Amino acid sequence: MKKILIANRGEIALRIIQTCKEMNIGTVAVYSEADKDLPFVKAADEAVHIGEPPVAKSYLKSEEILKAAIEHKVDGIHPGYGLLSENDDFAKRIEEAGITFIGPSPQTIEWMGDKIKARKTMQQAGVPIVPGTIEPIEDVEEGIKLAEQIGYPVMLKASSGGGGIGMVKCENRDDLSKHFVSSQQRAKNYFGSGRMFIEKCIENARHIEVQVMGDTHGNIVHLYERDCSVQRRNQKVVEESPSPFLTESLRSKITASAVKAAKAVNYVNAGTVEFVVSENGDYYFLEMNTRLQVEHPVTESITGLDLVRWQIQIAKGERLPLMQNEILSNGHAVEFRLYAEDPVTFFPSPGKIEELNWPEITNVRIDSGYESGNAVTPFYDPMIAKIIVSDSNREECIKTALKFFGSLEIKGLKTNVPLFQRLLEEEDFVKGDYTTDYLSKRSASKS
Amino acid sequence: MKEITASMAGTVWQVLVGEGDEVTAGQTVIVLESMKMEIPVDATDAGTVESIKFASGDFVNEGDVLVTLK
Repeated sequence: MKKILIANRGEIALRIIQTCKEMNIGTVAVYSEADKDLPFVKAADEAVHIGEPPVAKSYLKSEEILKAAIEHKVDGIHPGYGLLSENDDFAKRIEEAGITFIGPSPQTIEWMGDKIKARKTMQQAGVPIVPGTIEPIEDVEEGIKLAEQIGYPVMLKASSGGGGIGMVKCENRDDLSKHFVSSQQRAKNYFGSGRMFIEKCIENARHIEVQVMGDTHGNIVHLYERDCSVQRRNQKVVEESPSPFLTESLRSKITASAVKAAKAVNYVNAGTVEFVVSENGDYYFLEMNTRLQVEHPVTESITGLDLVRWQIQIAKGERLPLMQNEILSNGHAVEFRLYAEDPVTFFPSPGKIEELNWPEITNVRIDSGYESGNAVTPFYDPMIAKIIVSDSNREECIKTALKFFGSLEIKGLKTNVPLFQRLLEEEDFVKGDYTTDYLSKRSASKS
Repeated sequence: MKEITASMAGTVWQVLVGEGDEVTAGQTVIVLESMKMEIPVDATDAGTVESIKFASGDFVNEGDVLVTLK
């Protein structure tokens, strides 16, 4: 592997380029018109302009990206997260062009991308799944009948959705009949498939996921969990490891289930098995993400490993660098997603970053996609950077994070820094006592 | 004729009204998906929906006319 094209943008493109540089691998960036001044374009050895700002006209144009890969004679393509990372057709076309896709096989991507099929597979493998339907629901009448058996509240989901997009919570029969047809239509328009299913809504739940890695020789390991329960509108804001909620015995059960889930699909490369965990410690498979996760630095901080390096080694056909008993979790790490958004309404706040000065504080890793003078444009996710704080324990991480956000200077747009500053001083967060509705509940109580 | 425009660039996620519908000022007529967030677009005035310019899945730019009222 001598040259890799990164089919992504922003901080993750930059992060992948960094590992490539350490491994003496050449890099090719692709970028849209809106991103031409971003650091990742300058950091890559070569950069190819692939189109206009909207993702459909640039980062989702698999044809253009593949053309750039062939012209620039790359050996591998790293898809990052989001965009084309879980598009099995893209992965397949890359392989057909004789280029290595740095990720799982197209078959696995397709398999886990179909949430109904994934649920069925996990149930057969003995991994607990959220109680709900196993077959797609034909119509609203069938949905109502099944929801009565499952018990309200339920989550109505699109089989091809995921990542918090394409789901509606239904408290009762009226809600379900109101949302069914429109959700199905929206899923058809948006994801290209109207297959729907229903899951019981687990209330007061935590979102805990397990990082897994598999090689082409059949070895699969886990790299511990990440607790991603601090969310707004089903999107993660703070992630940490170890989870303050898990007992040692529950941790070993969940991580073992994650390995079982990965084995059920002969998983290769980096993946994440997401679970919803109830307040009494029951846990259920939610979905598997067949890519590198945004929050992977949390895992890197506690294990001291470079997951992108592992991904490249696995893609080259090498064995996993470490066996399960050699992978250790040390200390604590918390990641904060710094978003260009209003800290109260959570609405995006695109604009030019007039000034951005990162405080220099030890034990803080900054994965940023932007620098002073860049613009956060409305075409992409509003994440400016990820701030990862690590230390020997959670209390120290919180202290360091407070110090960091207190001296962070960012001007020109609204960010969620004030949210972090309040959160880090709230008793429940400090105690580690939070569930997925923590942010929505507290903003409701304050308005 | 009154126009309802997109407050920011994004993809049309939900069209909540149909042609001929009566809407009141402040009513959400379209929901955009932008920067991974659902952004509601509200009617600024009351009126009858004359035309809907985009369908679910279409990309719109800031300032594009989404719905016209009469």
